[in-house]
Amino acid sequence: MKILVIAEQRQGKWNNTSFETLVAAQQIAAATSGTVSAAVVGKSVAALAEELATKDVADVLLVEHELLESYTPDGYCTALKQVVEAAKPDLVLFPHTYQVRDFAPALAAMLGKGMVGDCVGFRNEGGKLVFVRQMFQGKTVADVTFTGAAPWFASFQSGAFRADLLTAHRSGKAPVNAAKVELKAADIRTKPLEMFKEAKSAVDLTQAPVIVAIGRGIKARENIVQAEALAKALGGEIAATRPICDEGWLPLDRQIGSSGQTVAPKLYLALGISGAIQHVVGMKGSRTIVAVNKDQHAPIFEIADYGIVADIFEVMPALTAELQKTKG
Amino acid sequence: MNTIVCIKQVPAKDAPLAIAGNWINESDIGFEMNEPDSYALEEALQLKEKHGGKVVALSLGPERVKQTIHEALAKGADRGIHIADDHFAQLDPLGAAKVLAAVIAKEKYDLVLTGLQSDDCGFGQTGVLLAGLLNLPHATIIMQIDVQDGEMKLKRELEAGWFQWIECPLPAVLSIQSGINKVRYATMKGIIAAKKKQILTVAKESLGVTVEPTQKIEKIYVPTKTKKTEFLTGTPKEMAAKLVQKLKVERRVI
Repeated sequence: MKILVIAEQRQGKWNNTSFETLVAAQQIAAATSGTVSAAVVGKSVAALAEELATKDVADVLLVEHELLESYTPDGYCTALKQVVEAAKPDLVLFPHTYQVRDFAPALAAMLGKGMVGDCVGFRNEGGKLVFVRQMFQGKTVADVTFTGAAPWFASFQSGAFRADLLTAHRSGKAPVNAAKVELKAADIRTKPLEMFKEAKSAVDLTQAPVIVAIGRGIKARENIVQAEALAKALGGEIAATRPICDEGWLPLDRQIGSSGQTVAPKLYLALGISGAIQHVVGMKGSRTIVAVNKDQHAPIFEIADYGIVADIFEVMPALTAELQKTKG
Repeated sequence: MNTIVCIKQVPAKDAPLAIAGNWINESDIGFEMNEPDSYALEEALQLKEKHGGKVVALSLGPERVKQTIHEALAKGADRGIHIADDHFAQLDPLGAAKVLAAVIAKEKYDLVLTGLQSDDCGFGQTGVLLAGLLNLPHATIIMQIDVQDGEMKLKRELEAGWFQWIECPLPAVLSIQSGINKVRYATMKGIIAAKKKQILTVAKESLGVTVEPTQKIEKIYVPTKTKKTEFLTGTPKEMAAKLVQKLKVERRVI
């Protein structure tokens, strides 16, 4: 199977999920006696292409154009359609980033194909590739197969594969080939302007040794004081899932997950958090994870070291009292 | 500013999921408006309040999705379109987008909005695919929409706390990020007004759209555990004492 990985860079910096996707590609290639090519898209990105060439890939495609300096969905779709048509891969893989979500399904559709997005794994079942992705907010997983002829398009979730397993090129370096793409300014209908960060976060959760995080189970804003009391007793910071911050119950800089901060404290206490994947990617590296949830099937228990199946409103005060007792 | 909002109805958040082959058993569970789509609806309503125009709530699915269209009408949408399809759960993202696009193409609109993704399948592709099929510009993960002189300035969320402003002409398709606004509740007045609003039902078969699946969900199952979780039992007080002991002695994290 011929695999093409579209690596992602922005302003000359890699999105590191690209390397995890390269690992996925290497593993699929190993399972199917296939080859891996990697492509980098942008303007003046030859140095990045050279870096990709040191990995175990058959070749690297350098997709450069003046109009690809900043990402636009029209620019990327128009250019990559030409790249895929020329390279004729069987499988095109992407890291499942915000940028990929923005254009890859349209690219696949331009070629009359579908895309299986946000995969967490794959299996080779007698020559047929099965992609594994989560559904129902991580409560279930699904085996998905492609129907119809190649090329097939798929993206892999951040953290699904380990970037440190990426193997280096056996003889030093793979060839880097420039891919010729034609692009006109008129092809690009949206105009990207400046990038910016909102006001600097008041709290840096990545430095907190202990985090007490709340999810929908907290039910109401006025209940947050109970979680804060527990965080104080543990000497930790309070944090939350996206829906809690969307409600405005806690500021956005306390959000953990794919659109918030990624943390790895020594202790992560998840209160009333179901464990939707968007949250889990932001905290699964925590050293010790404790989950309290009244639903014993909540996916958060998949990754917890200690689980308590109970009402958080009974556990929070009991735990706070116990901590105060042992301290005093 | 006429806006079409694509709204999906999904199993209620607390619904117990009984897996049945490559989908779930729908008979005994409740359904609700897909939460990310409720932010798209709210944004459409706020744009209407600022710029005038109409809001159309569009939903694809079996008879039950009418209830979600009603909810959108009660919140302030002007009319609804229901594309009737009892087997819509078997459509792949491209198939669903083709069906929606066939109906949207017949409407007069400036903007098509979708939520970021659905809470059931989570494909997150509908908006991007619609734009391609309708040959419109698009942008996703939108946190702010400013409309001026037939053009939009959009705040798009990037990763790791970054944002970007982009300019986008109208008409366009936008996928709205959850949290962009504060979603309203339907008022009693709105619920009464909704009774007089029209829901147009269109049979999927009548659209003449050929949908060839590009992918197939073979089966759904509960994930196998990769980590050994130690469950603590007893009264809340006993569990608390056990946990503190373990975190102190076994894990040495407190």
